[in-house]
Amino acid sequence: MKSLAELEAIRKATLSRINVRKEEKGETTRVVVGMATCGIAAGARPVMLAFVDEIQKRQLQHVTVSQTGCVGMCRLEPMVDVYVPGQEKVTYVHVKPEMVPRIVAEHVVNGRPVEEYTIGAADNN
Amino acid sequence: MDIYRAHVLVCGGTGCSSSGSATLIERFNEKLAENGLDKEVKVIRTGCFGLCEAGPVVIVYPDGTFYSRVKPENVDEIVTEHLLKGRKVEHLVYTDHATHEQNASKALEDINFYKHQHRIALRNCGVIDPENIDEYLAMDGYRALEKALTSMTREQVIDEILKSGLRGRGGGGFPTGLKWKFTYNSQADQKYVACNADEGDPGAFMDRSILEGDPHSVIEAMAIAGYAIGASEGYIYVRAEYPIAVKRLTVAIDQAREYGLLGENIFGTGFNFNLFIRLGAGAFVCGEETALMHSIEGKRGEPTTRPPFPAVKGLFGKPTMLNNVETYANVAQIILHGAEWYASMGTEKSKGTKVFALGGKINNTGLVEVPMGTTLRTIIYDVGGGCPNGKKFKAVQTGGPSGGCLPESLLDTPVDYDNLIQAGSMMGSGGMIVMDEDNCMVDIARFYLDFIVDESCGKCTPCRVGTKRMLEILNRIVEGKGEEGDIEKLEELAKTIKATALCGLGQTAPNPVLSTLRFFRDEYEAHIREKRCPAHHCQALLNYSITDKCRGCTACARVCPAGAITGEVRQQHHIDTTKCLKCGACMEKCRFGAIIKA
Repeated sequence: MKSLAELEAIRKATLSRINVRKEEKGETTRVVVGMATCGIAAGARPVMLAFVDEIQKRQLQHVTVSQTGCVGMCRLEPMVDVYVPGQEKVTYVHVKPEMVPRIVAEHVVNGRPVEEYTIGAADNN
Repeated sequence: MDIYRAHVLVCGGTGCSSSGSATLIERFNEKLAENGLDKEVKVIRTGCFGLCEAGPVVIVYPDGTFYSRVKPENVDEIVTEHLLKGRKVEHLVYTDHATHEQNASKALEDINFYKHQHRIALRNCGVIDPENIDEYLAMDGYRALEKALTSMTREQVIDEILKSGLRGRGGGGFPTGLKWKFTYNSQADQKYVACNADEGDPGAFMDRSILEGDPHSVIEAMAIAGYAIGASEGYIYVRAEYPIAVKRLTVAIDQAREYGLLGENIFGTGFNFNLFIRLGAGAFVCGEETALMHSIEGKRGEPTTRPPFPAVKGLFGKPTMLNNVETYANVAQIILHGAEWYASMGTEKSKGTKVFALGGKINNTGLVEVPMGTTLRTIIYDVGGGCPNGKKFKAVQTGGPSGGCLPESLLDTPVDYDNLIQAGSMMGSGGMIVMDEDNCMVDIARFYLDFIVDESCGKCTPCRVGTKRMLEILNRIVEGKGEEGDIEKLEELAKTIKATALCGLGQTAPNPVLSTLRFFRDEYEAHIREKRCPAHHCQALLNYSITDKCRGCTACARVCPAGAITGEVRQQHHIDTTKCLKCGACMEKCRFGAIIKA
């Protein structure tokens, strides 16, 4: 038999798991990983899995991870676009799995892009 | 419990299951494993999405791409293109019948079929995995039971249902709250809650879809009802012809028991409630409440007179509250969101929403839920997409064998209990069968009466003998042997049966005849007086002939089983109507459209 608190915990955990099926326009933060041949070759799959992992760890709701094709700047792959509602799109380049926790913590959760990982920073170097 | 970046929802309702969705699920799992995606993408079997016509239906989230008519060989493409590389498989994406628009990036709610719908009873169908209680919990499941048990008195629960204006969805339209109150007021050492899932109307499948897609919503509501009226046991009477519904219901009850949502001392409040399933053997009359309860008791499924009503003396002689599946599916939402929220939808006397099963000559065959007061025109044209192949709409049959046929002139009737009765039909359980110009209304009436004669339990004479006599007259009429005075005889029989039959089945049995007589009397008259079927449907009244478009190819003569067609090669052929069997084989074979029937 489950207590009320246990039921609540199940609700919360399951909700973050099936959250991906909700179509909430304008409320959802989208993490889009470039997964064309160039992206996959540069290591996009572990990056994407790292995002999924991190979202699960934090039981984040209203965040989805999806893929997209090649945008033409194959030299900068793996690339990740983060769309936070109400903010401009931010593009991260040369993303590695170990960079993911920081992007999620600072940008996805707190709305502050990690400047040093963005395409703007990469172009200045 | 892991997070997956994408969910592939495959419909596991009856419609899609019979068009092969189980194979799709296997194939998806195989292909995902092959491509190393099985840790990233999850395949879920859900309940009915409603758009059965386009089945099997597959929806891919997070983007919400709606694939229709997916075949096993399409699965590879969806996996390698969409799931691996993120490119939608455009040619499989659902296309709207009317607008030819593709749902490329649009959300489900933007498709015409869903746009006019408001899903309360079907809220979880096609969204959650019905065999996983956690997913039901996540959609605020069992929160209403928690609220009722921990913060509401029994009287408050009944009052909330009463104020919501919810009426019985099985067809009668009796105020649900009143039923609860009557059973609550009955004094007894044991009371029962029962659920009528013996859906028997031809073409109705809303209860089936709710049980298959969201069984917990019924279980939760029955527990709430048990608390309200003071019952510790409940029975769900479901027909054995619904194997998927029975299986998911069994799984759901087991899971609820395991979580302590059914059983002893629920939420530590001292409230006990247990549920049992009873299978019906498919007799239509067992949907009648007294017959249903006899069947649960193990007796012969025959109705008895009321009063006493079940609220006073029902199952095993104890006060029993019997509601329909769809009625229960609304209860948890009312408790959770309040009576006012529910009563804000619908018409003055019919609140909330109603699920309809669209069938017959309609583009979007399937299940829809719309607010009460939506017009028939909106349901049939905007949601249902109108009649296929450009045929002209003739009538819509509502309410099953107890209901009636409404013609085009009544299409702007806002649908609710009282309006439909006034129009000469009834709500019934919510089947809607659309007919076009090719349907003969006399034959439709004959079809329903044939069903009634088959299903009459035989206990009372008006139903057993009366409907049989009516059927005989109708059979004569469609065979071209109708006589002057047949219509009057039908009307007299109908009146007598309505007034004297024992149960609801018999009392409403003549309705299909009465309503077609009311709106399509001219068709009856054409059959009887002119021996002509205006819809060119009744075989016995058809005459095939060959026009001068005939090129003398001899194809028709060769296919005719009766040797009724004669003619020289390259000369116009001729049909001997005395030999013709009216099978229509020649017409199908003719490549020049030279054969006509009239």
